[in-house]
Amino acid sequence: MTVGQAGVARVQDVQAAYMEMTRRKRLYGMVMLVVFIALMVSGFRVADGRNAGGFWDGIGNIFQFPKEVLSEAGEKIANLPGLMVKFLPSLLETLNIAGASTLLGAIFAIMISLLATRGLAKWPRLIGVFRRIMDIMRAIPEIVIALVLIFILGGGPVPAMIAIAIHTTGALGKLFSEVNENASLKPVEGLHSVGATWAQRMWLGVIPQVAPNYLSYALMRFEINVRASAILGFVGSGGIGYDLKNAFSWGQGRYDEVAAIFLLLFATIVVFDQISGHYRNKMIGKG
Amino acid sequence: MLTINGLTRRFGRNTAVDAVSFTVEKPAMIGIIGRSGAGKSTLLRMLNRLTDASDGTITFDGRDVTALRGADKRAWQSDCAMIFQQFNLVPRMDVVSNVLHGTLNRRSTLATMFNLYPQADIHRAIDILDRLGIADHAPKRAEALSGGQQQRVAIARALMQDPRIVLADEPIASLDPMNAKLVMDDLRRIHEEDGRTVIANLHTLDTARNYCDRVIGMLHGRVVFDGSPEQLTTGVARDIYGADDGFSEASTSTSIETLERHAQDAIRAAEAVV
Repeated sequence: MTVGQAGVARVQDVQAAYMEMTRRKRLYGMVMLVVFIALMVSGFRVADGRNAGGFWDGIGNIFQFPKEVLSEAGEKIANLPGLMVKFLPSLLETLNIAGASTLLGAIFAIMISLLATRGLAKWPRLIGVFRRIMDIMRAIPEIVIALVLIFILGGGPVPAMIAIAIHTTGALGKLFSEVNENASLKPVEGLHSVGATWAQRMWLGVIPQVAPNYLSYALMRFEINVRASAILGFVGSGGIGYDLKNAFSWGQGRYDEVAAIFLLLFATIVVFDQISGHYRNKMIGKG
Repeated sequence: MLTINGLTRRFGRNTAVDAVSFTVEKPAMIGIIGRSGAGKSTLLRMLNRLTDASDGTITFDGRDVTALRGADKRAWQSDCAMIFQQFNLVPRMDVVSNVLHGTLNRRSTLATMFNLYPQADIHRAIDILDRLGIADHAPKRAEALSGGQQQRVAIARALMQDPRIVLADEPIASLDPMNAKLVMDDLRRIHEEDGRTVIANLHTLDTARNYCDRVIGMLHGRVVFDGSPEQLTTGVARDIYGADDGFSEASTSTSIETLERHAQDAIRAAEAVV
């Protein structure tokens, strides 16, 4: 065999091996696709079978309720500005609950996330413990904690605030610790070399790197918490959720209030989305 | 073949490329030199239509490239391959898949999303890799390769496009001298063996001299030199770089021979002092 022939044979080997790999990958892809479709179909059938009314009978009515709300709100559109002013104090209460719980939750989340990140943790052996604590905090629904606390402390904004803060600590702690994992360890090592304590290394070496991501996650969590604190109003912890529940359950003739509350909530989310985007860009630009 | 007329790009109040005009009559290897910020990258990016021109036209075979939109623009980009300083490969995909990305413009979106390429294309991709001497790395992830190997994968992707023009934006600026030579040799071969036009931004004068048929010098967004490598004297180079008499060509060089020569001069000077 000449050198040229040997070269051609080698390339053919590479081609054959690569085609073999590609065929295997495609086979796996096909199997995954079939499994996915099978799961979707069977899951849908189970859900549809358990449904009280049946999916196909009900799907036609899906727009009836929104239509009713919109048409009634449309008739009384002149009332909307007045109603929005009327509900503004309860919106502020809801925002207050959300703000306090996000702040409290984020502070605890920063601490617990640093303790649960490999390479940064003060006690590496306890990483698992802190992770499980975060799992528990995420696993229990806010509404359950809120109901228990309302039973103990009585109705009002404080139980809602504590309930949301607990959930926020778990959720943000998980996100923060993923951000921490991507932080460079070199500055931390640099601070270690000058004899800094663990808290100094974290505060001065890690936080400046991760702060923009922390901020955007915390602001997104704040949006989620606005909605969560509105929902907790349904179980008696005040705020705009309580008004929403009343407007809904009184039924006839109060859908204009429902529309006004939804508009307020929507406007709040939009405003905070804009603010958070602005400050995040500013922070990145500065850093 | 390729005519650029009054091409201008403004970013706010800055003019990155200022009324650049030149013509390429037949396939050639062209080097563009100039200090950083001279507008070399913006010029190449406008040729590929990654950046829109503020003013002026690019005409290729009688067709106005600057006016293309949508699918026509993407078809032009597929005809006009681009090689980047930082390779711009997809790091977590294997080498052959990265090379096959060169055919994306010709294939349907759905098929490529599932990584389904015709067997003939896969074989051709591996043939191109073999031509560049890296066929053995075919199944590896792109991120597992060294810088020089990654740049050759990027060249393979460009060749897979079967382009009329290959644009190279500082192709060797992040490579060591040995890999830089391999990559420049490959670009020269693409020109000589396939008859494609190669336009490369280069940051070293000697590379431009050794590899190019024609050199264009840019300063502050304008073309200040356009001629053969022989016409590129040290005086002209000083003008292009806006440098004073302290400027020496060896100081910008990354090629092994020049550096050695430079080192020998230094040793000789040191010996003379002793």
